[in-house]
Amino acid sequence: MEEISALLGGFAVAITPYNMMLMVVGIVLGVIIGVLPGLGGANGVAILLPLTFSMEPTSAIIMLSSIYWGALFGGAITAILFNIPGEPWSVATTFDGHPMAMRGKADEALVGAFTSSFVGAIFAVILITFLAPMIAKFALRFGPAEFFAVQFLTFASFLGMGRGSPFKTLASMCLGFALASVGLDGVTGTLRLTFGHEELLNGFKFLVAVIGLFGIGEILSSMEEGLSFRGAHAKLKMDAVIRTWRQLPRMTFTFLRSCIVGCWMGITPGGATPASFMGYGLAKRFSKNGRNFGKGELEGVVAPETAAHAAGTSALLPMLTLGIPGSPTAAVLLGGLLIWGLQPGPLMFVEQKEFVWGLIASMYMGNLVGLVLVLTCVPFFAAILRVPFSIIAPVIVVICAIGAYTVNNAMFDVWMMLVFGVMGYLFTKLGYPLPPLVLALVLGDQAESSFRQAMLSSQGDVTVFWSNWLCGGIMTLGLVLAFWPLVQTVLEKWRGGAVATPA
Amino acid sequence: MSHAPEVQEERPLVSTRAADIAVALLFLVASAVVIADSMRLGFNWRPNEGPAPGYFPFYIAVVMALASAVNLARAVALPPEGEATLTTRPGFMRMMAIFIPAVVYVAATTWIGIYVASAIYIAGFMIFFGRFALWKAAGVSLSIAAIAFMMFEVWFLVPLPKGPLEAAIGY
Repeated sequence: MEEISALLGGFAVAITPYNMMLMVVGIVLGVIIGVLPGLGGANGVAILLPLTFSMEPTSAIIMLSSIYWGALFGGAITAILFNIPGEPWSVATTFDGHPMAMRGKADEALVGAFTSSFVGAIFAVILITFLAPMIAKFALRFGPAEFFAVQFLTFASFLGMGRGSPFKTLASMCLGFALASVGLDGVTGTLRLTFGHEELLNGFKFLVAVIGLFGIGEILSSMEEGLSFRGAHAKLKMDAVIRTWRQLPRMTFTFLRSCIVGCWMGITPGGATPASFMGYGLAKRFSKNGRNFGKGELEGVVAPETAAHAAGTSALLPMLTLGIPGSPTAAVLLGGLLIWGLQPGPLMFVEQKEFVWGLIASMYMGNLVGLVLVLTCVPFFAAILRVPFSIIAPVIVVICAIGAYTVNNAMFDVWMMLVFGVMGYLFTKLGYPLPPLVLALVLGDQAESSFRQAMLSSQGDVTVFWSNWLCGGIMTLGLVLAFWPLVQTVLEKWRGGAVATPA
Repeated sequence: MSHAPEVQEERPLVSTRAADIAVALLFLVASAVVIADSMRLGFNWRPNEGPAPGYFPFYIAVVMALASAVNLARAVALPPEGEATLTTRPGFMRMMAIFIPAVVYVAATTWIGIYVASAIYIAGFMIFFGRFALWKAAGVSLSIAAIAFMMFEVWFLVPLPKGPLEAAIGY
């Protein structure tokens, strides 16, 4: 198989002592980021991005993606030991993880969480290995109309598969698009929405938005709740590993279900957070032990963790093959690739073969190294949370400020970070989802220009998006997803009929 | 009202409904701004040029306005009694304890550089919010500032805003 040999070549690129060292550094940083409130995968990678500018692209992306793996692992530690989800996708892990810890089975919960994270991630990486080259080859024939259709599908799936109010999702997404259109218009060179302010010439930097929305927003919520860490003790003996692993084979179907759900949610940008909830919900419904869920069932830790990691990892598939990230963190990685002069998309698989396969190989290695690291170093990472919050909070604000400044060496961005921080807090509190906003901010320019190119080539005829089966199929699927919440409400009302009182 | 001092009542400050209405209104304002500017740029079809620069933002803003109108209507329709609380007074005060100094910190960065400002910010928060002893706060904040300085200015050569102190030591 062609992929296997390409992958072996990739391993040769990834496994150099230097790259392995970066991997370890990245994962350790990532776990720390995942453990700390206010720093997460997306803004953590965004803040550390400038430090990698001097590196070679392959080494840089290995380090950055390792940070991402680390953050995915790290979220589980705080969820289980402290009942504080370090990341939004580990909320579902707290349901059973923390009860287990309270019953003195913290070690088993941690081993279960890490192992299932690893399984989910590896499943997704295998999927990427074999699916990515195919999709890339296929996408080489894409024109502007097809690209717009895929982008449309991306955003429509937020509406169709999101939790919460679709109108809030829509508003949040449109705000992202509106912010993306600020600055120089790429097609005609006209200034838009700048109102004579020079700082807005280049538009809003999405990295600044990510740092503010997720970082400062999270710190504000943590302050509001008056965080105090009261945790279970983390002692991990090696026999816990064996003990837990012996229990895992009977959960094969839970693993498989969560892997599939996770990959689906990751590729279509449903994201890791809804994937983890879906994985948990499905396991609860189908498992023999479903009734014990919420009281400290190992399977209740395995299901959401597997799904979250499968989603988090497979979010890189559309990013690499189509240039359309499946999650905010994937969007930040995409931003990094652009800065190094690499244009993600189908052409990258032809022109930057070594880079792509090096990255994919590093995904296998990174998750393996990550698993070993977290299994051996849990007490160290848990100790981070013993640092008083009144030290952690201002330090994180400082780190965010430095990160926002280094994006463009501008104090204006640091001010914007504060504004985005307040926005992030309010939006999270009121149920406006942040990922659609971030993705719209990243993809806005691209989506707009492919739309305009397609429309120009057809002389303003909208049917260009249905000119062939592929494009038409994607667009139709997108429309179905976009209007799905509406269809659902109508169906429910219709089915409820006379019984239901008007809500 | 008499309460045991350690059981501080979390008195509601802002209701979720009020915040929902306010945010929906802000969304409408943002839509109006975008629509106004798109009208200036034109949102029509131009021969040989395709959609005018205002075309895409215009329709985006229209959709945003419609969605926000629905959000507004839903928020207004919620019963005001027994409503959920967005934040409580102590919760809000705690947030402001980190946010207002952060604003001062960003403003000060322009004058005294990011390292000195960071040290003061961290130390201040530790002393006033965390009730740390002065020497502990000074130790932690100065070492963090020093590490950041070494990392950015010396090792990774990423220049950050500097003030008179850094100038005095030759940076």
